[in-house]
Amino acid sequence: MAELQTGLGVSTGLAAGPVHRVAEAPRLPAPVPVDDPAAEADRAVAALVAVATELGRRAGTATDPTAAEILRAQVMMAEDPVLHEAARARVAAGADAPHAIDAALAEHRAAFAAAGGYLAERVADLDDLRDRAVAVCLGEPMPGVPDPGVPFILSARDLAPADTAGLDPTRVLALVTAAGGPTSHTTIVARALGLPAVVRCPGILDVPDGTLVTVDGTTGDVTTGVDDDTVAETRRREQHRRAELAATSGPGRTADGHPVTLLANVGSAADLVDDVEGVGLFRTELLYLDRAEPPGHDEQVTAYAKVFTAAGDRKVVLRTLDAGADKPLPFLHAGEEPNPALGVRGLRTARRRPEVLRTQLDAIAQAAGATGTEVWVMAPMVTTPAEAAEFAELARAVGLPTAGVMVEVPAAALRAEALLRHVDFLSIGTNDLSQYAFAADRLCGDLADLLDPWQPVLLELIAACARAGAAAGKPVGVCGEAAADPALAVVLTGLGVSSLSMSARSVPAVRAALAAHTLEDCQRLARAALAAPDAAAARAAASVGPAAG
Amino acid sequence: MPTRTVTVGSASGLHARPAALFVAAAATAPVPVMISTAGRPAVPARSMLSVLSLGAKQGTEVTLEADGDGADAALDELAALLARDLDAEPDSDGAGATAAGRG
Repeated sequence: MAELQTGLGVSTGLAAGPVHRVAEAPRLPAPVPVDDPAAEADRAVAALVAVATELGRRAGTATDPTAAEILRAQVMMAEDPVLHEAARARVAAGADAPHAIDAALAEHRAAFAAAGGYLAERVADLDDLRDRAVAVCLGEPMPGVPDPGVPFILSARDLAPADTAGLDPTRVLALVTAAGGPTSHTTIVARALGLPAVVRCPGILDVPDGTLVTVDGTTGDVTTGVDDDTVAETRRREQHRRAELAATSGPGRTADGHPVTLLANVGSAADLVDDVEGVGLFRTELLYLDRAEPPGHDEQVTAYAKVFTAAGDRKVVLRTLDAGADKPLPFLHAGEEPNPALGVRGLRTARRRPEVLRTQLDAIAQAAGATGTEVWVMAPMVTTPAEAAEFAELARAVGLPTAGVMVEVPAAALRAEALLRHVDFLSIGTNDLSQYAFAADRLCGDLADLLDPWQPVLLELIAACARAGAAAGKPVGVCGEAAADPALAVVLTGLGVSSLSMSARSVPAVRAALAAHTLEDCQRLARAALAAPDAAAARAAASVGPAAG
Repeated sequence: MPTRTVTVGSASGLHARPAALFVAAAATAPVPVMISTAGRPAVPARSMLSVLSLGAKQGTEVTLEADGDGADAALDELAALLARDLDAEPDSDGAGATAAGRG
């Protein structure tokens, strides 16, 4: 019998199909005495080989080249002769196969974690190998994303990057998680892949694999135990919805023609699609990761020119290097910071190595000059008007006429008017702005409710920036995940935000939602959301009025 | 015993794809090859985990050693591979960094 559960809808769309859960990592059982060490050693090595075979199969069918590369590296680790020898040695010393595998990998795990940087990130890959090999030893299914052979709805307690790296959007219909929140990894991945998603739906963990369910990523409704007719009907409605979205195109406008520029967040030219009005956030960190020293001037010019050329006659808003916090770089960050989110990150890194920023601005100016693209630059993690002034001066000195700053710190939002005396535009990073306004770590799942972008206090900070922009006659955009939520996009427009930047996949639904509301509707809904006592009430208050697709 | 000392040329260091290419090449060598960084014990070059654990970055000096028939040729080949910037090369074993997009 059909049963309704409600979570938080974080990525729009409808889906229907069998649900399959990400199997959790097996617990290492109590050690058992080994009667036949030779056979036990063979069992340990056979488990590692089985894992290598499975991961190799997945690498062969992975659609994302980065994911395939990570998987192939994991295959080489699982096949590593030194690892096999170490596992055999542990068995010879008395361990059973699961404990031998765990101990053999633990040596490398410690070395990886101690090395930091790229290797520390690979610790999760080692843990994944151990969990899979231990599961094989115990006769359990390998943990991670299942592969039932038919398109399915993926459920999990929460999804980690390792789970989603190989996620195939042609096989996965929707994501439903028990934990997570509006800014969690699940949400970001779902939007990037265009998959409907519901988070904070704890009941999903009790639903047996294979049960037919429907998912509504707008309302957060998850209905379990539906019949085949409901599945077919839901899929028809989703096809219809997608066809309608595909039919919308062109610049963002409200029903009465008020323009709202719809832009894409990109890391490289590959993320840029035709159906957006430009780039609202070009993240430049990718170029700097895994380096002992920053990339040289010429290499940067080449990389930026690629994105500028892809944009053609559309505007590109480029964010200068945003390192620090969860993205430390060896040439900027010596040693551990006790509290990296509050440490030397974003523009603050220029205090230590000002030439890194100067080289970057030079390279941007040269690439912009060579391609003729309209390039705006903005600095991340700006806190004071003095920092904004200094950045704008540096940018203009190299011939970049349009300089702005990101508003991610409440101190900056409250002094938006003063910032705008020095810069040409503001771009609000809602993810960090909520983290700092609510003193809640973005990576802490337990605090996801505080990080909800519908929090009226967050909306109030955004409204303060928009008011300052209107008074100064300068644009104020939003480039966090909040911009990708169609109902929230309507509210942001009502608050006076002039551009919205998001994953390109999210643009059609946002465009459709704006087209269904007049500016006056947007303003009325914005007032209602601002007046609400909490995030849930704000969301409810703003969903009254014309349907937002 | 024949040895070669070479500076890691890949932008990302001996990590990710460069490490995978190196380990795969070492596994096909006719003799066991060991690799070490200054002051650390040598590890088998065909062990992905050991090679990654070296933590060698772009510019790190590494030493290769091997003994037996074909050791010199194998070391030459592997040393040349390490010296190249494998990150700047296209997916296959094709040559040349990308020159496109220069303004």
